[in-house]
Amino acid sequence: MASISLTINGKRQTVDVDPAMPLLWVIRDIIGYTGTKYGCGAGLCGACTVHIDGEATRSCVTPVEMAANKTVTTIEGLSPDRRHPLQLAWIEEDVPQCGYCQSGQIMSAAALLAEKPKPTDADIDAMMGGHICRCGTYNRIRRAIHRAADTAKAMGSKGGE
Amino acid sequence: MNTTTLNRRDFMKVVSMAGTGFVLGFYLPTKEQELLALEPMEAFAPNAFLSIDATGTVTITVAKSEMGQGVRTALPMIVADELDADWSKVKIDQAPAHPTKYGSQSTGGSASVRRSWDMLRKAGATARDMLVTAAAQQWNAEKSACSTENGMVIHKPSGKKLSYGELAAAAAKLPVPENPPLKDPKDFKIIGKPMNQVDTPSRVDGSAVYGIDVKVPGMVYASIEHSPVFGGKVASFDASKAKKIAGVKDVIQIDEGVAVIATNTWSAFKGREALSIKWDEGPNANQSQANIWKTLEEAAKKPGTEELKVGDAATALNSAAKKVEAVYYAPFVAHATMEPMNCTAHVRGNECEIWAPTQTPQQAQNQAARVLGIPVENVKVNVTMLGGGFGRRLQADYVVEAVKVAKAVGAPVKLVWTREDDMQHDFYRPATYNVMTAGLDNDGWPVAWTHRIAGTKEKGLVTGGSTPPYAIPNVLIDSHIIDVGVPIGAWRSVGPSQNAFMVESFIDELAAAAKKDPFEYRRRLLENKPRLKRVLELAAEKAGWGKPLQAGRGRGIACCESFGSNIAEVAEVSVANDGSLTIHRVVVAVDCGPVVNPKTIEAQIEGAIVYGLSAAIKDEITIEKGRVAQGNFNDYQIMRINEMPKVEVHIVPSTESQGGIGEPGLPPIAPAVCNAIFAATGKRIRKLPIRAEDLKKS
Repeated sequence: MASISLTINGKRQTVDVDPAMPLLWVIRDIIGYTGTKYGCGAGLCGACTVHIDGEATRSCVTPVEMAANKTVTTIEGLSPDRRHPLQLAWIEEDVPQCGYCQSGQIMSAAALLAEKPKPTDADIDAMMGGHICRCGTYNRIRRAIHRAADTAKAMGSKGGE
Repeated sequence: MNTTTLNRRDFMKVVSMAGTGFVLGFYLPTKEQELLALEPMEAFAPNAFLSIDATGTVTITVAKSEMGQGVRTALPMIVADELDADWSKVKIDQAPAHPTKYGSQSTGGSASVRRSWDMLRKAGATARDMLVTAAAQQWNAEKSACSTENGMVIHKPSGKKLSYGELAAAAAKLPVPENPPLKDPKDFKIIGKPMNQVDTPSRVDGSAVYGIDVKVPGMVYASIEHSPVFGGKVASFDASKAKKIAGVKDVIQIDEGVAVIATNTWSAFKGREALSIKWDEGPNANQSQANIWKTLEEAAKKPGTEELKVGDAATALNSAAKKVEAVYYAPFVAHATMEPMNCTAHVRGNECEIWAPTQTPQQAQNQAARVLGIPVENVKVNVTMLGGGFGRRLQADYVVEAVKVAKAVGAPVKLVWTREDDMQHDFYRPATYNVMTAGLDNDGWPVAWTHRIAGTKEKGLVTGGSTPPYAIPNVLIDSHIIDVGVPIGAWRSVGPSQNAFMVESFIDELAAAAKKDPFEYRRRLLENKPRLKRVLELAAEKAGWGKPLQAGRGRGIACCESFGSNIAEVAEVSVANDGSLTIHRVVVAVDCGPVVNPKTIEAQIEGAIVYGLSAAIKDEITIEKGRVAQGNFNDYQIMRINEMPKVEVHIVPSTESQGGIGEPGLPPIAPAVCNAIFAATGKRIRKLPIRAEDLKKS
């Protein structure tokens, strides 16, 4: 057990856990944000994606000690009012079906837009190919990312948090 | 509370509520036997309650489970349209399980909308008519001078208006009209319009609550080590190491295995890894995939149970000008919902509360009651959001486990399966071995068709959808259903999901043998199936059938009627020299009868195509030493965004009988792709999944 401090969604948190515990379970079971999902536990499906210091990271295979003293953003912290360009675009395109994978998809898309404000289809394939959606929302995800990129550009924002 | 039950065909019931509003419950009579007899049917199947409060908020209770198929949007749309409700004032409530109040709450068989359509329309229309009557009485006006719009009754001559909220209390005191006028479909304002899912906002900010997200005060976490071999039992176990893992509180044995109880999910997982268990592996310990195929192949050498006999196929085959024979295989496949199985349960004395992502709340309730030996009414089942269902959550196995653990622990318990648990303890689509023969006449038209299916039990899941839709005078379908010790269950689109692959590939083989165009060949044989013929023609037209393609590409077509809907799909593919397959485009034409939400139809068809494509090009569960050989998304791969074809969905305007939409998009995709591969390469795929090594240029 170890005392580990990290900032999650703007709030400083100190947790007393096994430092090897994956960040995913610290976020979900210890701190209590459940928007970040467990899908595979092996970094294969992307459902657990969060940002650590702005970088899209698979929290299910990231020991919490790796996030010590860093800034973690989960889907709950992406925007204060559900008005991130990607969230708006996701709603506009009515992307989700069951929705379980979408937190992870949106977090990866946000990291993509922060780096490449106007991504090509190939950029989207490269970044989003790490995610699985069993409902098959892929074409709407692609459209929503393009839409968010257009909106963010029009708003003069980069689309990051 | 004043309840009036009316002796009417549809048992409409009105309950007036404390004078502030009214509740209208509607009960559906049992409809036609489900196509594939998937659902345990009950005598009455009410789908929702409608209530309007004094503020004008319309609350519609949905008793079916939301797993991404849009049922929490579609069912309320039907009610709200006939009611002329203000959609922005509609609130959705999720019904808990109840033995009788809602009828069957089982959500499957692409049945929710079509089973509810007539009744939900009438329920909305009934409420609307009563609100109009209440307004007319207040105004001393003729009902015929009143109209409704957006949650208001309007008196046209005077321009007076009253909101539904203002009228609710008065309407609750009125008698229920026998036959309220239904809208002319041309006046629908909500039905048929593209509507966003009501749950979309909560799915983009992390606030939607799935089973795995449930939090109950005092809750502990559990993970179960199951027998690696199907049917195995715990012989003995040593938990001393597991109990030393930080966070582990206890280790207990249940019938299904050994459960580790911990203060968080990860500690429960870690505790499991530290368990030492000796298994009595039982009779399936040596089962293998090779043996399963051999068993099925051996069985198929002899005639099986007759499933369909038309004319005399044997005689017709003997006298046919040409005979075509082929053997087709469908593998076991897993559901692999994104949200692994999980359930939270709390047992207090002779009461139990359950929070579950389930397609079958009543089965969960019944089984919990049975396991605990308590009355069904003492079990409350709260239905959460489902992170995918696809038929997996028609099983209540994980609910039973959670209840047993919760009883032993005496505190609320959240049981979470790992991905590996989920992959290795599923109820799989059956593996089937298929011997097909056909006889053609001198002009190449089929005179006989035989299909012998040897598949792993259960029967309906093996043989459903095997009847060819084509006009063939002599048909014989027979089956062998064999228990090979692998659990089998309904998998999205069930029987047709594999049988359309056989039927639609084999008819393509017949067209090739007859040297005829596969679209024209099907078309001519579908004279008696006008709806299927029409979608076939539309898909071909929209896909540009017959028009030249880029070099190296091929088109394939397939069609299927399932769950009351007719669908045809044209796939366009190319195969590289190394055997890698690209699916460029899929064009779909669908006739599912009257449309409720076209956005949902497109999404469900596209989703069914992705689910079916994953199975067609990647997925296979195999058994070695009685165990599932696959465990996670590394060895059970799923199609991803970079492999996604363009999908175009064309909906045929239709006023004919309504079909389902969650599943029908799936059956035609595997054969459409395989037929396109044949068109592009001349290689005929008879075994799924399609492997690059089978497509490599030799």
